[in-house]
Amino acid sequence: MAAYVIRRLWQMIPTLLGVVLLVFFLFKWFGNDPAEVLGGLNASPEQIQVIRDQLGLNKPVLDQLLIFLRQVVTLDWGRSWATNEAVAHLFATRLPATLTLMVPILFLQVLLAIPFGLTVAYLRGTLVDRTVMILATVAVSISLLVYVIVFQYLFAFRLGWFPVQGWSDSFWTNLTNYSLLPIVVQVVVALSPYTRLYRTFFLDEIGHDYVRTARAKGLSERVILLKHVMRNAMIPILTNISVALPDIFVGSFLLEVFFSIPGLGRETLLAVNRGDYPVIQAFAIYIAALTMVINLATDLLYRLVDPRVVLK
Amino acid sequence: MTTAAAFPASSGAAARSQGVWSAAWRRLRADRVGVVAMVVVVLALALVVATGLGLVGADWQREVGVPNAPPHFMGPAPPEAIGTIAAPKGPDVDLSDVDPLAPRYQEWAERALRYKTAATTRAETLPLGGDNLGRDVWKKALKGAQVSITVGVLASLVATLIGTGLGAVSGFFGAKVGDLLEWVYNVFTAMPSILLIFAFAAVFGRGVLPVVMILALTGWTGTYRLIRAEFMKHRVREYVRSAEAIGASRFSRMFRHILPNVSHVALVQLSLYVVSFIKYEVILSYLGLGVSVDQVSWGTMLSEAQSELLLGYWWQLAVVTAMMVVFVTAFSLFTDALRDALDPKLRGLE
Repeated sequence: MAAYVIRRLWQMIPTLLGVVLLVFFLFKWFGNDPAEVLGGLNASPEQIQVIRDQLGLNKPVLDQLLIFLRQVVTLDWGRSWATNEAVAHLFATRLPATLTLMVPILFLQVLLAIPFGLTVAYLRGTLVDRTVMILATVAVSISLLVYVIVFQYLFAFRLGWFPVQGWSDSFWTNLTNYSLLPIVVQVVVALSPYTRLYRTFFLDEIGHDYVRTARAKGLSERVILLKHVMRNAMIPILTNISVALPDIFVGSFLLEVFFSIPGLGRETLLAVNRGDYPVIQAFAIYIAALTMVINLATDLLYRLVDPRVVLK
Repeated sequence: MTTAAAFPASSGAAARSQGVWSAAWRRLRADRVGVVAMVVVVLALALVVATGLGLVGADWQREVGVPNAPPHFMGPAPPEAIGTIAAPKGPDVDLSDVDPLAPRYQEWAERALRYKTAATTRAETLPLGGDNLGRDVWKKALKGAQVSITVGVLASLVATLIGTGLGAVSGFFGAKVGDLLEWVYNVFTAMPSILLIFAFAAVFGRGVLPVVMILALTGWTGTYRLIRAEFMKHRVREYVRSAEAIGASRFSRMFRHILPNVSHVALVQLSLYVVSFIKYEVILSYLGLGVSVDQVSWGTMLSEAQSELLLGYWWQLAVVTAMMVVFVTAFSLFTDALRDALDPKLRGLE
């Protein structure tokens, strides 16, 4: 187990290095000149030159890459060009809001989709099954944007059940007040594709011989579905969760923008709009590392769910 | 695919792939939902082409109605109650002797008469309502559909080309080249796609072509993985070894022999991309990272619709949403049918 974890962590290094290179050359070759972004519209050529010297932009590309690599290794990202805030501090202060949103979304959508998927799979071929599948197909076609606009208008503005947008300093207020509507939106949006997918997983399992055997020896449908089928279906479900985790980032990013939640997503978008490269670069690398660690954690979870799985 | 593998020694590549495609076409025609979806998609694409050629909705920018004109079936908006300005009570003083501009009023009035002004009558209602400038929402949505669908289709084509090309090279050659491309793939999938898109958007700027490039350069990974797996499987098959034995070059083996047998994978992936890229374009445009401000797309329309909704003007939102639902649902169903037709082994999986 420990050897496996160490090897997996070791394998992350080349990928992370790749992310660093990608980010570096993306901004180096395609981005605007940072000195001109920093100097603003009224900067004189001399001022631009001074900024270029300060940032080390006049050095050879390889030297610049080494400086960047040293920053990455020492976790010293410098400061945001727009606000002069230390980037590491920026990340640390924005992560909690994203997690406040992401974690409940993740749990709720999986916990709701499992009974939905199981029910629909059990009722396969009936009118209920077909209606749910058609509704799910249509619901998936609607942009997340439309859900946000309509839900915000209807439930927050018209009915006043939730605050329209906002955030506070208290974690509890955030969780029970401000993050509720974004969570509801994302869970509703994710429910149709998840139900569709989990239905497939359950159908796959229900078709297996062990289910017929269980029926033959007289087990109740309840026990078959909830104990036998459920356990086996957890494998594809877990795989799907680990694949879908980046998607939850996506949802959470967009919700942060729509609901003005000071999380990583809104900060990234702000940085993109301001051309604040240090922030975008650092966030990209941080989040890539975070995603890889989460993927490792889900792989370890496999073992908990299925003793047959051998980690190698 | 299976037919091709079963008869490795039969006639030319063209005849073999013909068999696969005509069989797929037969299966697709038998799928009622698939046929209906295909008709809708073809009609929508025809509409996109017609809009692009300026046959439909070319005058979408004309302000034909009153601002926020409601749809026909709702009738004209009730006149707003504006309190009349009370007439001043005091005596009417003649200011012409102190007004320094007074001597020139006559001259200006004469000069103004030389220009012809035509009073346009603006419609009280429009077929599906108007936006805040009084533009016809239906025509605007058609134009928006053209931009959104064009972006989606173009980006999918480019992403599929990149993914297929790299996947073919990686799967066929393997070894060092394969490892290198696997590393690139791992790097691109290490980040959540939205973050990668944001990072690319930060450097590429706005407009239709940048958005196409952003989506294509960040989205090729899915096709790459599938095509790579197919090429690894096929490169050791008998028909490819036979081709090698009679002296077919690497290029010819990759693209004349293997590619026709795996192209259905790329085709299905292509249509999956269209749906997801259209959705991404909507969100990018809403966030201001999409098409430029002088263009209209479903995303820019939805961002206008948000503030309109607060004032009770719901029609722009409704029209765009309805159009998107029809097109995207039809396209998804068509994709499902296409996949079933091209790869019958997968039928019933979803």
